[in-house]
Amino acid sequence: MSAHEDTHAHDAHDDHGHHHKETFVTKYIFSQDHKMIAKQYLITGTIMGVIGVLMSMMFRMQIAWPEEPNVLFEALLGKWAPGGVMDADIYLALVTIHGTIMVFFVLTAGLSGTFSNLLIPLQIGARDMASGFLNMVSYWLFFLSSIIMVFSLFVEAGPAAAGWTIYPPLSALPMAQGGSGMGMTLWLVSMAIFIASSLLGSLNYVVTVINLRTKGMSMTRLPLTIWAFFVTAIIGIVSFPVLLSAALLLIMDRSFGTSFFLSDIFIQGEVLHYQGGSPVLFEHLFWFLGHPEVYIVILPAMGLVSEIMASNSRKPIFGYRAMIASILAIAFLSTIVWGHHMFVSGMNPFLGSVFTFTTLLIAIPSAVKAFNWITTLWKGNLQMNPAMLFSIGFVSTFITGGLTGIILGDSALDINVHDTYFVVAHFHLVMGISALYGMFAGIYHWYPKMFGRMLNKNLGYIHFWITAVCAYGVFFPMHFIGMAGLPRRYYTNSNFPLFDDLANVNVVITLFAIVGGIVQIVYLYNFFSSIFYGKRATQNPWKSTTLEWTTPVEHIHGNWPGDIPHVYRWAYDYSKPGHDVDFVPQNIPLKEGEEELQH
Amino acid sequence: MTALLTIIVLVFILIAIWQMVKIFDLAQAKTVNSQVATDKDNTINGYLMMGFLAFIYIITIVCFAKWGNLPLVSNSASEHGSTIDNLMVISMAVIFFVQTITQFLLHYFAFKYKGEKGKKALFFADNNKLEAIWTIIPVIVLAGLIIYGLNSWISIMGVDESDDPLVVELYAQQFNWKARYAGADNTLGKANVRLIDIDRANILGLDEADPNAQDDVITTELHLPVGKPVLFKMRSQDVLHSAYMPHFRAQMNCVPGMITQFGFTPTVTTADMRQTPEMVEKVANINKIRVKKSQKLTAKGGEALENYEFDYLLLCNKICGKSHYNMQMKIIVETQEEYDAWMKEQKEFKNSLVVN
Repeated sequence: MSAHEDTHAHDAHDDHGHHHKETFVTKYIFSQDHKMIAKQYLITGTIMGVIGVLMSMMFRMQIAWPEEPNVLFEALLGKWAPGGVMDADIYLALVTIHGTIMVFFVLTAGLSGTFSNLLIPLQIGARDMASGFLNMVSYWLFFLSSIIMVFSLFVEAGPAAAGWTIYPPLSALPMAQGGSGMGMTLWLVSMAIFIASSLLGSLNYVVTVINLRTKGMSMTRLPLTIWAFFVTAIIGIVSFPVLLSAALLLIMDRSFGTSFFLSDIFIQGEVLHYQGGSPVLFEHLFWFLGHPEVYIVILPAMGLVSEIMASNSRKPIFGYRAMIASILAIAFLSTIVWGHHMFVSGMNPFLGSVFTFTTLLIAIPSAVKAFNWITTLWKGNLQMNPAMLFSIGFVSTFITGGLTGIILGDSALDINVHDTYFVVAHFHLVMGISALYGMFAGIYHWYPKMFGRMLNKNLGYIHFWITAVCAYGVFFPMHFIGMAGLPRRYYTNSNFPLFDDLANVNVVITLFAIVGGIVQIVYLYNFFSSIFYGKRATQNPWKSTTLEWTTPVEHIHGNWPGDIPHVYRWAYDYSKPGHDVDFVPQNIPLKEGEEELQH
Repeated sequence: MTALLTIIVLVFILIAIWQMVKIFDLAQAKTVNSQVATDKDNTINGYLMMGFLAFIYIITIVCFAKWGNLPLVSNSASEHGSTIDNLMVISMAVIFFVQTITQFLLHYFAFKYKGEKGKKALFFADNNKLEAIWTIIPVIVLAGLIIYGLNSWISIMGVDESDDPLVVELYAQQFNWKARYAGADNTLGKANVRLIDIDRANILGLDEADPNAQDDVITTELHLPVGKPVLFKMRSQDVLHSAYMPHFRAQMNCVPGMITQFGFTPTVTTADMRQTPEMVEKVANINKIRVKKSQKLTAKGGEALENYEFDYLLLCNKICGKSHYNMQMKIIVETQEEYDAWMKEQKEFKNSLVVN
């Protein structure tokens, strides 16, 4: 045990050349240290998350009480809510920006950016990322794109409002919608910068995992977190450039009069010159990223949850090899299912058949993962830390949300629930709430590693249980109004007496949403106050096996004060027979006669 | 001014909640020594897991009991609709079976194996047989669903032109719908947005020289004869729209620059649909809600809401701009005679043009 318990003196790391003097600027702002960059991603992501959640609370109030003037709208939306009644344009803008922020800025950058940066070097036994400089550039590009996105909320004609999928022609023509002017320009610029940031990050992750693993850390000894981040980065590299090209072509159409996506348009009394383009082309390009994107969001969460579940169950993750295989299968399939967003787009129905087939196949690796998580709990010795609760919550919402994918992925059934609230319920549970749970689980688990202090567990329990109840309260009933045929993105439903009997469901949903939103204050308090006042962490508070817990609590450049530890075993030797303790860290050599599990 | 006050009040409320959390935090500073879960935490949260399982089951039951009659299942008004409804019911059954069992196992294990000091977990890393079982079972179930689904999809999307379907164009623009009937020749005249001439009331851009266009009929209500196959040709003049007819289980996007299509056969007339017990109940319920709402409105000096009577609707289901939420067209399914009589009253294209 002694090898991983001891903490070397701070000065012992001088020999690897990281001992230049740090100023405030190089330490906290233009830092090239992966641990600091991870924290920067997390805090930026948190701030964006607060904005995104506040927006959702506003539009939920609008849906529940559409006729009533709301003093909050008047205060927060200003000219967009004259007399407190929300304007229809700003409703669409809120929905659009909420989606953009949550998907890209919170669940891509905030989740993957934080934990890939924090854990890849620490868990594979590397001093830092392959390129600290590119890593820094990646964060600051992300920061810049966040600033531009927030700034776009304040332009005269309103922010982008064509839905987060920004289908042209609506997003291309300022005369079709106010938000398609300057607001959309800023949206596109922000996203182009975001993609550059994401690509730099992903390249760095891939190179680091391939090249910088410590001695003994073979690919099949990697913790599942690293596998998830590694594969996520590859999906990002494959698919994000396609979104960039879609964005660039859209910028061309908007500003330079090309016709990639536009044709035969008559609007506001005049015929536009565009000819020969097709919006369906844009849909293909968009979803070529857009669908892998949901796996870019969910795979890191899966990795975090696998690791946390094993550690807190005091058991090896069940079916380690199957878990890797299913990550790879999901990653591969994720790039050939995008058409299931387009069954009724007007594309050839035969193509719809193909996409139905590939889409439903993805349920198989997903099912394997869910069963393996459940089996990991079986006969464990479960330590109910907040991180563990969020991990169990993750599996629960992932199952509930994932199962309805069987309906949406089936082209024949999709005809009638496409673009209804059924879809909203489905994807919020399976990739919104689930990924958010994965992120929370990761934060509760690795907070001691990030800040050297512990989060308050009782606040964590309150946070989890109320959030869990509200998440189901919001999204479970939503399936029913979707199956009743209620389209999403309607500013109010009062023009359809047909839907009057859904109004009370919408009120229930909104009430849960408000409570669920407010309870996040408990988390924010816990997060920010514990940075300064939290209980000091010990080196390995959760008694985990992975390498990050062999580094000292105080952050140092280069991570390990002495030599980088070598690895002798896989990451999941929990409760292994023949050992006195219920965990054997990866850097402990095999005992005489001990066999490494052959996987 | 009220805006400022509201923001101040809001900030105060947030501070109050923050401070309450802080008090909670400080109050336990002395009692809690470790922020790692103890046996007591494990026990409490283990029981809460069982409670949460009950909550999931209860919310499922409550939703079905209270809102289970809302979904559009098993009351379709088109020929292919029942195929979709059957497939939906089967899929739902599979989903609820899997959901009930897996959620039980997950939460029950979380309760049953809650940690205790000194206990050691089972070192159970792998079992090929188990994993093979839960790979193969989903494969079989999904194979069934895929085959059923694809068969339905192909039969729905494949339009049989030999049925001699009634050809109708659905024309979308911000923010309303038009229907164009092909007339006696059942062939739609050529059209392009570049031919739109508002002054001559050629609002859909029909080619005035095309003989097929002369007898086309443009309407703002969609009338369909019951039992006759209809083939819709969708067109949009500005942005993407989606023609969504939920009661007929039909939807297709309208894409500027191209013509999309969807065909179905309506099977229930509007009049008959209004008579079905489910619809009578639904409409009565909606009217009860509307009466209540009207009382509130009239108390404030507003106008009372009209009584609701059921009609089939065509809704826009692709975000299309400011008034997306109110882009609709009434659909009336009627007998052939009623349809013919209605059609006779409509103006043909050649007679609808303004001559100047």
